[in-house]
Amino acid sequence: MRVTFTANGKPVEADDVWEGESLLYVLRERVGLPGSKNACEQGECGSCTVYLDGTPVCSCLVAAGQVQGREVRTVEGLSDENGELGLVQQAFIDAGAVQCGFCTPGLLVQTDALLDADAQPSDTDIREALSGNLCRCTGYEKIMDAVRLASARKCAKAASE
Amino acid sequence: MSTRTIQGEKNLQDIRQASKDGIGGSPLRPDGTLKVRGEFAYSSDMWHEDMLWGMALRSPHPRADILSVDISEALKLPGVYAVLTHEDIPGSKFYGLEIQDQPALAIDKVRYHGEAIAIVAADHPETARRAVKKIKVEYEVLNPIVTEEQCLAPEIHGYVHEPHEYKSHGSGNICHSQKLVHGGGVTDEIRALADVIIKSDYEVGMQDQAFLGPESGLAVPAEDGGIDLYVATQWLHVDRQQMAPVLGLPEDKVRLTLAGVGGAFGGREDLSMQIHASLLAQRTGKPVKIVYARDESFFGHVHRHPAKMTYEHGVTRDGRLVFADARIVLDGGAYASASPAVVGNAASLGHGPYNIPNVRMEAIALYSNNPSCGAMRGFGAVQAAFAYESQMDKLAEAIGMDPVELRQLNAMSEGDSMPTGQVIDSPAPVAELLQRVKDMPLPPPLDLENLDVRTLPGALSNTSHGEGIVRGIGYSVGIKNVGFSEGFDDYSTARVRLEVIGGEPVAMVHTAMAEVGQGGVTVHAQIARTELGVEQVTIHPANTEVGSAGSTSASRQTYMTGGAVKYAAEAVKAALIEKGRRRYGWTQSDITLSGGKVVSESAGPLVPMVDLLGDEAIDLTREHHHRPTVPFDKETGQGFGHVQYTFCANRAVVDVDVELGLVKVVELTAAQDVGKALNPLSVIGQIQGGCTQALGLAVMEEIIVKDGKVRNASFTDYLIPTILDTPPIPVDMLELPDPNAPYGLRGVGEAPTVSATPCIVAAIRQATGKALHRIPVRPEHITGTL
Repeated sequence: MRVTFTANGKPVEADDVWEGESLLYVLRERVGLPGSKNACEQGECGSCTVYLDGTPVCSCLVAAGQVQGREVRTVEGLSDENGELGLVQQAFIDAGAVQCGFCTPGLLVQTDALLDADAQPSDTDIREALSGNLCRCTGYEKIMDAVRLASARKCAKAASE
Repeated sequence: MSTRTIQGEKNLQDIRQASKDGIGGSPLRPDGTLKVRGEFAYSSDMWHEDMLWGMALRSPHPRADILSVDISEALKLPGVYAVLTHEDIPGSKFYGLEIQDQPALAIDKVRYHGEAIAIVAADHPETARRAVKKIKVEYEVLNPIVTEEQCLAPEIHGYVHEPHEYKSHGSGNICHSQKLVHGGGVTDEIRALADVIIKSDYEVGMQDQAFLGPESGLAVPAEDGGIDLYVATQWLHVDRQQMAPVLGLPEDKVRLTLAGVGGAFGGREDLSMQIHASLLAQRTGKPVKIVYARDESFFGHVHRHPAKMTYEHGVTRDGRLVFADARIVLDGGAYASASPAVVGNAASLGHGPYNIPNVRMEAIALYSNNPSCGAMRGFGAVQAAFAYESQMDKLAEAIGMDPVELRQLNAMSEGDSMPTGQVIDSPAPVAELLQRVKDMPLPPPLDLENLDVRTLPGALSNTSHGEGIVRGIGYSVGIKNVGFSEGFDDYSTARVRLEVIGGEPVAMVHTAMAEVGQGGVTVHAQIARTELGVEQVTIHPANTEVGSAGSTSASRQTYMTGGAVKYAAEAVKAALIEKGRRRYGWTQSDITLSGGKVVSESAGPLVPMVDLLGDEAIDLTREHHHRPTVPFDKETGQGFGHVQYTFCANRAVVDVDVELGLVKVVELTAAQDVGKALNPLSVIGQIQGGCTQALGLAVMEEIIVKDGKVRNASFTDYLIPTILDTPPIPVDMLELPDPNAPYGLRGVGEAPTVSATPCIVAAIRQATGKALHRIPVRPEHITGTL
């Protein structure tokens, strides 16, 4: 089948999609957006998290056909049009929250969504919001630092505007 | 054939952006920007325009004879390009890290659940999956050999490897054994010197590395008949060494390039998909990509050895250890992998960082029909640490002494001897590290008035409002070796090139070091900047065009490859200065490189490096071998077997719901001596990550194997700590230089995984009063409803 949808603001189409293919497979192998990662393909690790019509979802659990005509935003879409890193992306680098980095794309999308909903989450709020994203390298401390840093920068930016 | 990987070149370009800090600073990762953009090319992101997908058929039985394999139906499926069995292997059919006992594809029998029997290449992963299902295998299923008793009675239960199949290793179903005797050993006379004797059995379950990036890579057939493989691994050269004989190729026709690695932790030290993808590429003449699904990852790599241990300690009433006697049985599973080295570690490190005048130890690894076990962070030291630290707490309780005080009283320090007779010739601040974690402030007590139930055990499930919650505190300390031991010629190679690019001096560092997330690429640039006084450093992609870097394991890469980069950079520096002496006749003895200039420390700048270099590049390669070690004597365990030791102490604070058996670690504190922190940000990240894997082993992580069959090969059923399960991990970093190591550094990554598990269990014991002799601790162990 043919699937057409919007990925990071641009229309895309994929042909000869087998009906069992996931959105994750279509993004990675057909559309040239391999940023979303394939770690468990069971919705357990969060590495493949993308926005679907503005809501974070595990793209491994979404059948490709379900995204027909809808809007997908991936980690590749967190930078602005000029390629400038988004605030959450920069915070993860600055805090040392990236080690092997395989979990990073999913965590970035989930953190972006968290801070959109609540720019100043408590530590417990952060842990609750990110509890679906596994990281095996960092011990999560630097990830907590990164989210706190992104939150502080976001609030400072809002205050200055 | 030219190779086009989707983003491999971008990896290189971005890494080439320099940052400015030298050693001791914390410059940001050169690959960080690509990683947060989602543009970093991991091995599973490799892509080639006409590539095929490879997949393996795996055994559903832990032990069976293969009567027949029929691939005809699979071959008929449209889109299938090849189906191969062991009969199609052009070269040697066996490989292995230390012992070549593992068939690349099963021959006539399978020895573990998940062993690969046949491989398929097809035009879509789903086609490959369907083809795998069409392969018909006729088995004669046999009773698996899975318990210690079965393994040690092969005449009754059979052999995992028939005696005639052994080459130089093992006997019966014992893959490797190591004994150790120190002081007077353990006799009745020595036992009589102790006032209190404690003897207990301990058990450790099978832990998995559970790296997030699945085993994957792309094999591309080359015009010269060779193979170019882009792969996630821990050691490019040892992969090649194992692959080439199987592919029937000389080593120089097997070229490996490191693709992005999504974590490793020991699980990528053995081969996984490397040979299979290469065989399929050879046969089809097309690039072949293999990406394991998560269940295949659980089947396709070795795990941490599960262990059964018996420990006996004697102590005087005033807290002096008199003797220690231990037996450690590690289940190595079907193939040897790194079991011999794991046994050596367990035996030599198995009594912990304590001065014990009389010691006896026996450690063995079994062959069984359970999944193969090999390298995982902590490598043989983890299992023993759970046992000896549990013993320390029991001994302290028995004589009415504070458990930290008992440890400190017996703690080894610089100048003391290991039970192997090896004198520790660098700082060993065991007592100090314990004091440091003890002195750190405790988290506030549980406040039932202002409770957020999300912080309780069970957290989001809203299982409690504070009733039935008991808090406990535990302590631990551990010891781990750094680098490869027992006479292995452990070395690494680095090539450093200095040249003028765009009017600036630029250093290029080329090694075969596997960057698996640990941050070696950052540290190499820091070293080159420090030694050569330049700002711009580029890191060449890791590949087999340069000499071996050894493995990214054993906490050794900064020590070994970092050392090689230092020596190569020093050689480049010396060559440049010599060039200046010849040209300008400098006579000063204090010439060095700094800020892009050749400078005399007394007389100031002499000449800009760009002027002295001109169009000429200085390109030198150096190896770093650590000082030699020797194998342990097989019967006595004596010998200078390890090159460096590293120590970490922990304190855990836990809340336990004693009604439901649920545990929440409230805080996990670490104090570690790192010798010299080349990049403090990375060092702390390593310690926190290592503690978290220890937390996983303490309370949740276990591959459940029943009758040889794996029951939980998924992230749904194999649990690793989430951000909700993981507490704040304050780190107190001590820097006491090791005079034998480059920059005085000490390997970092593994020690916390050795030490942090027992303190969490100790804290649960303190909260519950339960003995807890097995990890991971499960709810039923706490509630007593087993």
